[in-house]
Amino acid sequence: MLANEIFDRLKTEFGDAILAFDDTQPTDPFIMVQTDKVFDVCYSLRDNDEFQFDYLMCLTGMDLGENVGVVYHLYSMKFKHKVVLKVVAPKADPKVPSVEMLWKTADWHEREAYDLMGVQFEGHRNLIRILCPYDWEGHPLRKDYETPEFYHGMKVSY
Amino acid sequence: MSDKKRLDLEYSQIESDKMRINVGPQHPSTHGVLRLEVEVDGEIVTEVIPHLGYLHRSFEKHCEKMTYPQVMPYIDRLDYISAMNNEWPYVMALEKLMDIKVPEKVDYIRVILAELNRIANHQIAVATFGLDAGAFTPFLFFFRDREYILWILEKMSGARLLYNYFRVGGLAADVYPGFKEDCLNIVKQVRKTNAEVMDLLIYNSIFIKRSANVGILRPDVAINFACSGPVLRGSGVKYDLRKDEPYSIYDRFDFDIPVGKGEVGVVGDCWDRNMVRVQEMEQSCRIIEQAIAQMPMEGDVSALVPKRIKPPKGEVYMRAENPKGDLGFYIVSNGTDKPERLKARGASFVNLSVIPEISKGYMFADLILILGSIDIVLGEVDR
Amino acid sequence: MENVNFLYELFGKNIISVTLIVSLPLVFVLIYALIAILAELKVSAWIQERLGPMRTGPWGILQPIAEVVKLIQKEDITPDKSSKLLYNLAPFVIFTGAYAAFAVIPFSEYFVPSGINLGLFYVFAIGSISALGIVMGGWASNNKYSLMGAMRSVSQLISYEIPAAMAILSVVVLASSMNMQEINHQQTGWFWNWNLFGGPGSWTKIWIIPFTVLLTFIYFISSLAETNRVPFDIPEGESELVAGFHTEYSGMKFAMFFFAEYANMFVVAAILTTIFLGGWNSPFDTFLQGPIWGSFWFVLKAFSVVLVQIWIRWTLPRYRVDQLMYVGWKVLLPLSFVSFLAISFYVMLK
Repeated sequence: MLANEIFDRLKTEFGDAILAFDDTQPTDPFIMVQTDKVFDVCYSLRDNDEFQFDYLMCLTGMDLGENVGVVYHLYSMKFKHKVVLKVVAPKADPKVPSVEMLWKTADWHEREAYDLMGVQFEGHRNLIRILCPYDWEGHPLRKDYETPEFYHGMKVSY
Repeated sequence: MSDKKRLDLEYSQIESDKMRINVGPQHPSTHGVLRLEVEVDGEIVTEVIPHLGYLHRSFEKHCEKMTYPQVMPYIDRLDYISAMNNEWPYVMALEKLMDIKVPEKVDYIRVILAELNRIANHQIAVATFGLDAGAFTPFLFFFRDREYILWILEKMSGARLLYNYFRVGGLAADVYPGFKEDCLNIVKQVRKTNAEVMDLLIYNSIFIKRSANVGILRPDVAINFACSGPVLRGSGVKYDLRKDEPYSIYDRFDFDIPVGKGEVGVVGDCWDRNMVRVQEMEQSCRIIEQAIAQMPMEGDVSALVPKRIKPPKGEVYMRAENPKGDLGFYIVSNGTDKPERLKARGASFVNLSVIPEISKGYMFADLILILGSIDIVLGEVDR
Repeated sequence: MENVNFLYELFGKNIISVTLIVSLPLVFVLIYALIAILAELKVSAWIQERLGPMRTGPWGILQPIAEVVKLIQKEDITPDKSSKLLYNLAPFVIFTGAYAAFAVIPFSEYFVPSGINLGLFYVFAIGSISALGIVMGGWASNNKYSLMGAMRSVSQLISYEIPAAMAILSVVVLASSMNMQEINHQQTGWFWNWNLFGGPGSWTKIWIIPFTVLLTFIYFISSLAETNRVPFDIPEGESELVAGFHTEYSGMKFAMFFFAEYANMFVVAAILTTIFLGGWNSPFDTFLQGPIWGSFWFVLKAFSVVLVQIWIRWTLPRYRVDQLMYVGWKVLLPLSFVSFLAISFYVMLK
C-alpha cells in the first residue's frame, strides 16, 4: 500500500486528526497527525488488517525552532510497506502520547527522545533518561541548549 | 493435597533474600561499558535493568556541527566492529537525497568490503559467544582469520578498524592489484575455520546444553521489539533487507537467508541466533565469490560529485542490513552543508532493549550467554 | 606391609630426616607448579595455533619465573570492608589443604612421607579443607561475585565428592586396603595388573574391566570438578563471576590460590595414578622397575593426567550450575554405585 493510499484511508477514519500529507520532498512522503490523536492513529495502523504496521523502525525527536517534533517510521513485515508519521508539540509544553504500549521498541526510543530532546511522552511507564546521567539537567539535542559548566563539581566543557 | 503440591506450596513460602548485582560497567562479559542491574534469587535472575550511557559521545549533537564528509569518521565509531557496513547507509542516504548514481564498480567493491566486514563481525560475535560459554580456543581461531580480513581492509583503506573509506558517490581509493585473489583466499580460509569450529564449538554437546532452550525470543515479541539482524532471524523470521528491499546491487546475487529452525532446542534460543551468524558467514562467502566474478576492473571509483556536499532541503530515512541488524540513518537536510538533524537508529540499541524481556527466569550464567547471543557493541548503543 | 622410606634408612629416625621428608614434597611442588604453569601456557598456545611465550629464555621456558616475580611485585590489596583475618587466612588454608595431601602420596617404593594405613581416607578428608578456604576467601572478600563463587564451589565439591568417594571405595574393596603404598605393591607387574584393568588376578577378572575403566573416568571427572577445572570451573567462571571466589585477591595472595590450584591438580592426578594406574610401577613388568625409576614412572603418569586436564581445559566450554549438579547426582553417582556393587560382587566371589 502506498503512502497516499494510507493517507486516504486514515483521512476517512480519523478526519480532522490527519492534518496533512506531503510527498513533495525528494524522498519519503510523510503524514502529519494531530498530536493528541497519534496513539489512536498508530493503534489503527498497527492492528488494522490492511496496514499491519507491526514494526516501528525508528522514532526520532526533532527540534523545529518553536516546536519539537516526533517522527515515526513504520514498516509492515507482512506487506513490506512503509509510512512516516509526524507530530509537533510546542517547546514550552512538549506533550506527545506515548506509543510504548503498541511497540515495545518505542520504550527506549521515547526515553532517548525525552532525554535528548525533552519530549514528554504521556502514558510511558518509565520515562527516565537513558543516555545522559539520571540527574542531568537540560536536553542536549535542542538547538538552544547550553552545556553546563560543571556537573557534580566536574568541569564539563573542555 | 498431593506431595508435590505440598512441596511446591512450602517452597513458595520460603522467604529467600534477593540479591542485587551490578554486572558492569567493568565486567569481562558485558562487551563494553554496559551496566546491568541484576536481581537474583539464588542463581535465578528475576529482574534485569540495563543502564546505558557510559559510552555516550553526543554523536548526534556533533553531527549537527559538522559538514557531511566530516561526519563519516564518527559513523565508523558507532559499530566499530563493522565500520564498512556503517558507512554504507549513510552514503546511500546522501546519494538518495542528492540523486547520485554511483558507478557499477563502486557498488561491487562496496558489496565485497561490506560482506568481508560482515564476516569479520560475525567471527567476533560467534567467538565471544563461545568465550561467554567458557570455550576459549574457538575465540582465537576466529581472531586469527579475522586478522587476514582486516589486512585486506587495511590495504584498501589504510586503517584496520575505522576505515573512513566510503565517500558520497564513490570510494576513497581504487582496489589494489591482487585484491580478487586475496578475497578468494579469505573465503577459503573462512570456510575451513567454520568447519573446524562447527565440530569444536557449535555441535559440542556441552555448548548445546548451555545455549539451547535459553533466552527464547518468540518471533512476535522480536518484531514488537523491532529486533533485526541475526536476533530476529534467529527467531525464525525471514527478514533481511538485502532480500526484502534490495539496496545497491544485492538483487544480482544468489544467496539464502538463514533463519533459526530450533535444530537443538526451541526456535529463537541462543543457539539459533548463534547458528544464524555462522550460516550467514557462508552466505557472505557466496556473495563475495559471485561479486568477484562479476566485478568490472576498469572504471572510476567515484561518480561526479560536487566538491561541497550540499544536499537539497529534504529528509531521508535510509537503512541497510548491518551484521548486527538494521542500521538506519534519518537525515534532515536544511539545504546547507551541515545536517539539521541526524539520527542513527542503531541495531544494537534496539536489540539490547529486549534483554530484560528474555532473560527473566533463567540462571545468572544464562544471562551472560543471552547478552552474548544478542551481539551488541556499545559504541552503537550509547552513540 | 612395612613402609620403607629411604631417608630414614640414610639418616635414621631423627629430626633431620623428618625435616627432609616434610620439605621434599614442597620442593617438588614448587618445581612442579612452575612446570605446570609453563605447560598450561604452551599447551594452550599449541592448541590455539599460537607460539605462546617466546621472549623469556629459550622458547619462553623462564616465563613461569617471570610470572612469579611479577606477582611478588604486585600490590597486595586487602579490601576495606572485608573481614581482614579470614581474608588473609584463606589463601594459606587452601594451600595447606592442597599440600597436606602430599603426606601420603607414594612417590616411589622407598619414599612416601607418611605411609599411614588410612592413606586414602586421609587424602579424602584433607581434600575438603580447600573448600573451607574457598568459602573463607569468598565470604571475607565482601564481594557478591566472590560470595556466589564460594557458594557454587561448596555445592560443587559436596556433589562431586560422593562419586569420587565411591570410586575410591571400590578400589579399597578391590585391594582390601586403604594404604596407598599397599595398593601400589599389589599392582606390580605388567600394566594389565593395574586397577584400571581390574587389578591383579586371573583372566576371570575380565568382566569387571568395564567397571574399573568406568570408575577411572568417574574419578577423573569428579577430580576435575574438585579442582575447579574446565568444564566445571563455574566457581571462578570468568565470564559471569569475573574471577569467582578470588576476585578481590591480588599479588602473592592470588598467587597462593593459583599455586594451590596447581598443587590440587597434582594431588588428584597422583591419587588417580596410585589407585588406578599402578602408581610407581613400570607398565612393563621388571623393565626399568626400581626405586628411582619408580619415582620416574609415578611423575610421568601423574604429569600425563595433569596434561589431560590442561588439554580438556582448552577444548571444552563450561557447564552451567544446574547441569553440573545434574551430571554429578544423576549420571556419575548412579554409575559409581553400579560399579561399586559389581566390584563388591567380584571380590565376594573371588
